[in-house]
Amino acid sequence: MLEVRELECVRGDHRLFKGLNFTLQAGELLHLRGTNGAGKTSLLRTLCGLMLPADGDVLWRGESIRSLRDEYNRALTYLGHLNGIKGELSAIENLQISSSLSGINLSEERILRALDDMGLAGREDLPTKVLSQGQKRRVALARLLLSETTFWILDEPFTALDVHAVEYLKRLIADHLTADGMVILTTHQYVKIDAGIIKEVDLSA
Amino acid sequence: MSEGSLLFAWRSMLVRDVMLAMRRKADVLTTLFFFLIVVSLFPLGVGPELETLRQIAPGVIWVAALLAAMLSLGRLFSDDYDDGTLEQMLLLPHSLSMMVLSKVFAHWLLSGLPLVVFSPLLGMQLGLNGDAIILLMITLALGTPALSLIGAVGAGLTLGVRGGGVLVSLLVLPLYIPILIFGAGAVESAASGLGADAHLSILGAFFIGALVVTPLSTAAALRISLD
Amino acid sequence: MGFKNSIIWMYFSSPRNFYPLAGKLIPWFAGLAAIFAIVGLYISFFVAPPVLSDQKEYYVIIFIHVAAAWMSMFIYVVMSVYAFIGLVWNIKMSEMMATALAPTGAMFTFLALWTGALWGRPSWGTYWVWDARLTSELILLFLYIGFMSLQSAIDDPRRAARASGLLAIVGVINIPIIYFSVRWWNTLHQGFSVTPTQTKQLVDPAIFWGMIIVALACWMYTIAVVLARVRTEILERERQTSWVQGLVGGQK
Repeated sequence: MLEVRELECVRGDHRLFKGLNFTLQAGELLHLRGTNGAGKTSLLRTLCGLMLPADGDVLWRGESIRSLRDEYNRALTYLGHLNGIKGELSAIENLQISSSLSGINLSEERILRALDDMGLAGREDLPTKVLSQGQKRRVALARLLLSETTFWILDEPFTALDVHAVEYLKRLIADHLTADGMVILTTHQYVKIDAGIIKEVDLSA
Repeated sequence: MSEGSLLFAWRSMLVRDVMLAMRRKADVLTTLFFFLIVVSLFPLGVGPELETLRQIAPGVIWVAALLAAMLSLGRLFSDDYDDGTLEQMLLLPHSLSMMVLSKVFAHWLLSGLPLVVFSPLLGMQLGLNGDAIILLMITLALGTPALSLIGAVGAGLTLGVRGGGVLVSLLVLPLYIPILIFGAGAVESAASGLGADAHLSILGAFFIGALVVTPLSTAAALRISLD
Repeated sequence: MGFKNSIIWMYFSSPRNFYPLAGKLIPWFAGLAAIFAIVGLYISFFVAPPVLSDQKEYYVIIFIHVAAAWMSMFIYVVMSVYAFIGLVWNIKMSEMMATALAPTGAMFTFLALWTGALWGRPSWGTYWVWDARLTSELILLFLYIGFMSLQSAIDDPRRAARASGLLAIVGVINIPIIYFSVRWWNTLHQGFSVTPTQTKQLVDPAIFWGMIIVALACWMYTIAVVLARVRTEILERERQTSWVQGLVGGQK
């Protein structure tokens, strides 16, 4: 499904990595390791198509992601360092807008249920700027519950989350893998996920 | 399905931006007040003779509109850039230039349209006659969308750049010159009793040209800036 | 890059291969620039007949003025062509050429304005008039300044090159529109006509050739300077590569 070929990534005048190759199939999870500054976020952004690789290519179903951007984006959910939620809008409004932007019309019950699952019951109508860091992260993660995408790219999804939320997210990822989804994530914590095939790539090597 | 969902997404983006602006009305009002204040300063600098003011009125109002449009550009993408919604917008399964167009349209509704609505007030202040005031409104209605469209390219290019606010004026103002010339020119020829049809059709052509070219360039600029 | 049968410019589109070539070409173009400049200036000062009825000597400014004005516009077009190639086909060398051209273009634009003012003072009694050509030239200077400011404001060299490249392309689409608008504006406001009345008398072949040769000198100078600038640009942007580090003696 996803194939990375001879990928090279340069930031400023710093070469982060070079000659990176791996593939990812349905039901597989890739755990991306590396020290700070090894280029994990840059790799994830390159995989999303946000960053242009200095060399090499990223292929989705055998075609370069740059030539099939819309189709690829339809299959992709990216959760970056930034939550991508608007502080002035409430959690419900944020999720409503983000799903309608990707062309999906969701009922309010469905969104409320997702927020409830993420442990945000009672906070749905507050502007998200008054929420705590962890709660904002949960709003962002609720996008995963509502999306119909197959490929998740998660940059440090566990930061700022409490133990319950970490457990919940692990289960969510495991379910996604069992349903033939694909996940790439970075994390500094030790997180064990009991499903699918777990691969590892270490960028500091 | 795909076309329907694009339209749906286009509308949601528009609604979102208008909704956000309604929760932060101060931003919208600042642009408008800037426009009103700058124009009101001119009589104080030039003197209160209505004849002189009438002569410079079209130019003054148009330059003020240019500056106001430029000042409001900072808002166009930078908030979304800071909170990560912009990178999510780049990952939407729709053409980025259509999304840009939706945002620019929202931006015009919030910063350009108020200028059009309040311009007669300023026209009267500076002693323009009825015909000239109507033409002022028409030219602003045709010209300010083009200003928003062109400005979006500059705003996209300067995202996250230090001193971006000042830089954007350096990039965008030279490109605004044709619109200034024909916008102010139309009002002037109306004020002196000549026809302004030629000016208006050229302004319209600029608007259509900008509509075709700038969303693509802005999309390219955003991709470069988020790289 | 290593394909034996690749066309020659593909070979030289690699900074590593272009660097020594540029080094070899610089002295040639610099030499040609000097020769053309000497010949051109000789023609303009000693061969070209004085055309102004009142024998005023200041008209020799026109040689450098016209050449500078040509160069200022031409360099912008060349720059945006390079920027376009760099942006579309992602060719680094092309981006660097665009970057290297900008300061020279801006210099010629400034020179054209400056000599225009010096010309204007004795002939029209004022340093600056809002003539269509002068005004467009001024706007062109702003476009160059915008290009260079954007480039220097962005830290990442690749993003800087790509962003300013896009700006150059947007600018080049606008130049004809701006020029046409300014012309219109100028005829609308008919201050006074500033078309040099001497134009008709400037058909003297010596004057024509003088202008051409001075323009050639400017061209050669531009190529030499741009090649030199692009060489430092290459070293700066490729400083992480082994060949540059080998070249500068291994010191970091």
